[in-house]
Amino acid sequence: MTFSMKALVLGTATAALLSTAGFAQQRTLVFNTDTSDPAPKAAFAALVADFEKENPDIKVQVNLFDHEGYKTAIRNFLTADSPDLANWYAGNRMAPFVNAGQFLDVSDVWKENGLDKSLASALPSMTIDGKQWGVPYTYYQWGIYYNKTVYDQVGAKVPANWDEFVKNCALFKAAGIDCLTTGTKALWPGAGIFDYLDLRTNGYEFHMDLANGKIAWTDPRVKAVFDHLGEIVKPGYVTANHAAIDWQDAATLLVQGKAANYVMGNFAVATFKDGGMTNDTLGFMPFPVIDPSIPDAEDAPTDTVHIPAGAKNVADAKKFLAFLARADVQTKLNQALGQLPVNNQSQVDESDPYISAGFKLLSNAHGLAQFFDRDAPAEMAKLVMEGIQEYMVYPDHEDDILSRLESARGRIYK
Amino acid sequence: MAMATMQQPIRKSWWRSNQQRITPWLFLAPGMFMFGVYVIYPIIESFWISFFQWDGLGPKTWIGLGNYEELWGDRAFYTSLKNNIIWLVLYMLAVPAGLGIAIFLNQTVRGIRLYKSLFFFPFVISQVVVGLMFSWFYAPNFGLFYKLIETLTGKGIAILADPNLVTYGIIAAGLWPQIAYCMILYLTGLNNVSPDQVEAARLDGAKGLKMLWHVILPQLRPATFIAVVVTVIGALRSFDLVSIMTDGGPFGSSRVLSFYMYEQALSEYGYRMGYGAAIAVVLFLIMMVFISGFIWKMVSDERGA
Repeated sequence: MTFSMKALVLGTATAALLSTAGFAQQRTLVFNTDTSDPAPKAAFAALVADFEKENPDIKVQVNLFDHEGYKTAIRNFLTADSPDLANWYAGNRMAPFVNAGQFLDVSDVWKENGLDKSLASALPSMTIDGKQWGVPYTYYQWGIYYNKTVYDQVGAKVPANWDEFVKNCALFKAAGIDCLTTGTKALWPGAGIFDYLDLRTNGYEFHMDLANGKIAWTDPRVKAVFDHLGEIVKPGYVTANHAAIDWQDAATLLVQGKAANYVMGNFAVATFKDGGMTNDTLGFMPFPVIDPSIPDAEDAPTDTVHIPAGAKNVADAKKFLAFLARADVQTKLNQALGQLPVNNQSQVDESDPYISAGFKLLSNAHGLAQFFDRDAPAEMAKLVMEGIQEYMVYPDHEDDILSRLESARGRIYK
Repeated sequence: MAMATMQQPIRKSWWRSNQQRITPWLFLAPGMFMFGVYVIYPIIESFWISFFQWDGLGPKTWIGLGNYEELWGDRAFYTSLKNNIIWLVLYMLAVPAGLGIAIFLNQTVRGIRLYKSLFFFPFVISQVVVGLMFSWFYAPNFGLFYKLIETLTGKGIAILADPNLVTYGIIAAGLWPQIAYCMILYLTGLNNVSPDQVEAARLDGAKGLKMLWHVILPQLRPATFIAVVVTVIGALRSFDLVSIMTDGGPFGSSRVLSFYMYEQALSEYGYRMGYGAAIAVVLFLIMMVFISGFIWKMVSDERGA
């Protein structure tokens, strides 16, 4: 009896000792991420390997989720089985989690590492209630990708402003080419066009106020945005049947020379090039100026990493965020992702014309919007994107659409 | 010791005397437990949640009938309801069409089994695949259907981009597997049609439609009943095709109630659990009308027999 008791105590003590020793040697950091596509997956594997090399006492356990499934999964694992780090998005997209107390305030990481300077362009979109709730590591520009061959074919010049853009459209129309193509089956491509028309017509501050429900949808300034859209929709300059077209199929139209321009994010370059376009045939231009008195702002959706409130290893998670924010780390990560680093001390690949143009564009931007479905609350974003799609099919429904959105605004922002 | 011997026979006799009464319940118990946990409880929970405003993360706020009041004025809800009714009506075509094919295939020709399985094939493939195939079939610029219309009339029709046609386009896709399902139900039914009665009817001079209507169809009543039931339920829970082919679009014109519920409660742009639950309750009540009708019919048939 006494013997077995002793053995038991001894055994427990050794076990405890062993486990603490093990803990001191190797701490684990659980990282849930949605980077399941091939390029991001490889980029993140390299990122984690680099972090482990610098911190041999930390083992990062990566849980890969399917990109779409992650959007649902995160709601479950944040409350049920919280990791130490999780991927998400900046702007209003993180607001539900911040407001529900699911993300940890990481303002101290920002302060200690001077991130408010190096990540300055993303500071506003990472801030809620004066605090920062995560670290941004990548973004990409939106703009107009165009087919240089068809521009030459109809003798159009790259437009310097919106009026020239619309005039070009008449040339393309005469040649049987869609001036602007898009595929709004998944709704969001239409929001890109709307975002830019609003940013160029009314400016960044107005756009953010609109997304935050501070401006009536029946306001004449909002109508002006829709009227600009009407300038290309009503004469039939936009691809017909776009409501049943996926964005990739619209990209095909641009590749085949059946369309001239496409308002898209930089991720589409890979699709254009897969279709056979090269740096010589695929052009990029910032969205043309509508009102010269309005400073240029851009759409730049930002991907971020956060520490969930239920994280078990907060100290190392913060270490990881500081690592992720570093200029050299973001340089390497974004080279693998084919996107832009948020850290303004980072380097970009100068030989890639789209990446270098984007880096210049975003560094000089007056403000960066996250894209309408990340700036506005999810429910409102959905209704607005449907409204834009409907307008692009039935421009004469304008008043009906806007009054519907206005009544939704009264309900959603309380 | 004495106590134990006394208790033994009493306990035994209680079991003996109640065995007949208890046994069915014992056999039913696992099923009833599952039914309670996975069907009854979620129904009650849905009713309960529909009185709250809740994003699935934060605290729930009681708003009473607020969600139902909002439904009352929600245009998207009426679009979904209208589409559900169109689905119900047009989906019924699967029953006569299935019967027609079944009668056509109910003959002894070489290789008829192969033909039967070919006709049954669409029911075997997943709804997701059916949806994808039909969306390519309808796809603007390169779809087979689009090209066909374009060669015939000079201008293609993109069914899935047209708010007035989109629901019909999706129902057509849904009918394809559903007809196969009804066909297989009728084929098994036709095996049980008594040849004596057919023979007798033929001697009395019945032919063609008259034979079908007065002799064959009455004998197929059980198959018809099942075909109608599965078709009604299939129409009301149509979700996968809408989700795959249009995602409810263009601008929400092809939504049905089950899709709208999913969109409000669980999709990327939703997380309005209370509102989604309220839609689910309405859909449940509509289904209840049909389900209680079917149950009533089954019970009265059994009583009559």
